[in-house]
Amino acid sequence: MARAAVRGRLSWTLGDVVELIDETPWVRTIALDVPEWAGHRAGQHVDVRLTAEDGYQAQRSYSIASAPEDDRLAITVEALPDGEVSSYLVGELRVGDKLELRGPIGGYFVWEADRTEPLLLVAGGSGMVPLMSMIRHRHAAGATVPAKLLFSSRAWEDVIYRDELERLASAGDGFAAIHTLTRMQPEGWTGYTRRVDAAMLSDVGWSASAMPASFVCGPTPFVEAVANALLLLGHAAPTIKTERFGPTGG
Amino acid sequence: MSGYVSRGFHGKREAERENARVPPGQYIVRDFPVLSAGPTPHTPTAEWTFAVVGGAPQPTTWTWEQFRALPSEEIRADIHCVTKWTKLDTNWQGVSVDTLLDGIDHDATHVLAFSDGDYTTNLPLEDVSDGKAWIAFNYDGEPLAPEHGGPARLLVPHLYFWKSAKWVRGLQLMDHDEAGFWESYGYHIYGDPWREQRYAGD
Amino acid sequence: MDDGALRVDGNALAGELSEVFSHEMTVARVACGGCGAVEQLGADHAYIQAPGMVLRCSHCDHVLLVITRTRDRLRLSLAGSKWIDL
Repeated sequence: MARAAVRGRLSWTLGDVVELIDETPWVRTIALDVPEWAGHRAGQHVDVRLTAEDGYQAQRSYSIASAPEDDRLAITVEALPDGEVSSYLVGELRVGDKLELRGPIGGYFVWEADRTEPLLLVAGGSGMVPLMSMIRHRHAAGATVPAKLLFSSRAWEDVIYRDELERLASAGDGFAAIHTLTRMQPEGWTGYTRRVDAAMLSDVGWSASAMPASFVCGPTPFVEAVANALLLLGHAAPTIKTERFGPTGG
Repeated sequence: MSGYVSRGFHGKREAERENARVPPGQYIVRDFPVLSAGPTPHTPTAEWTFAVVGGAPQPTTWTWEQFRALPSEEIRADIHCVTKWTKLDTNWQGVSVDTLLDGIDHDATHVLAFSDGDYTTNLPLEDVSDGKAWIAFNYDGEPLAPEHGGPARLLVPHLYFWKSAKWVRGLQLMDHDEAGFWESYGYHIYGDPWREQRYAGD
Repeated sequence: MDDGALRVDGNALAGELSEVFSHEMTVARVACGGCGAVEQLGADHAYIQAPGMVLRCSHCDHVLLVITRTRDRLRLSLAGSKWIDL
């Protein structure tokens, strides 16, 4: 898809909900048909706005999960306990509804498949969404730059895109996915069971001398802990891009 | 702001139009939302002071111990945030601003409250007098948490809650009104929720 | 709640800024009017759970940018930035 050279100012537009995919009991992917969508870059997000009949509005940002090469725009939403927007998107929205959105937004947290540095992706929970766009884009573009994903989830049932990640990691094109399950592990689990820390990043990630491009996404405390650990391991600050979701994960 | 009406979306609001305690345009919440324009300060009480500046020849200051030795009272109030949430029956303990201003010689007409983290907000003197305002140090029977403004915040329930400055460290007595932080970015200089004075010009 | 939990990246302001600027603003370089540090806007600290959106220097917390939406107007203050480079 062509990337517009001059974007101009963004305005709100309507997308048609064409498919809903339940990734886990609390996480749903919403696939949209957006007329005249100008394309996006992996890592960008959209703002979604809901309006009630009396004019009340609520607005949230959601990372784009789909690759720029995909036919349809997809966002993945986690239902939060008190989330008025997320509970609507995950619980109420139906195929055939329309969703008001603005985007694509953000040039800071993006990755393009023509980059040559090794890629490190570190995700906490639903922070996986923009990183999945990057992984899908890497695969669709046929890139072979080495890429590693370190993904922290509460339990195996909470790992979003689990099967797809397994498929992509077996594709033999230089992508590896390492999981840590911090609350519950399935029987026979031999992987990590603790929160991401410097030791884990040092074992799993690239050395600072490899000068990787690192992308970290998830709840703010997670992102700050990981970013600080990467700095402690000697990675240069400009090579670490972060996307903090705030206290509740988006 | 118009928008496409989303089928089946109602938001999390409760029926509040019939409730006389809820100002126009507000909805009731049961939790206590945390809003902030900056990082949470963490001033230890050993270093905390409160000052009334601009009145008596010297600023009048209290240490935490001196402040806590002052008479305090329990306050139950409804609070209204300009971002449209209202929380009914919140419980606080605090020192009345009347107590702090008592005995200070001044001819001020307004105050500018100032806080750790450089936040400020302005109020007419009469809106922090006569039992309308406190420096609150407890919420719901517990010491005020940092994310809600602890060790102490200004509490002025009859105005929008941005006037109840978190992490307050003092009051500057003024002979004129001067816009504080949000007021200088387009919010109403006074902020009466019952007249829905959210923005300048309302 | 974690101390810095409300803090997000400047990226979170991108949507609001996209209604004002035709340039992609999160890669704009902003010079802090407080300490002089220069960072990409997307890397500075944003606070968006507030009556307005505030961007602060990631080095010294100085307020760089404030966006407030009143009834039918948007107010943008860049007074805390020394300059913005696009």
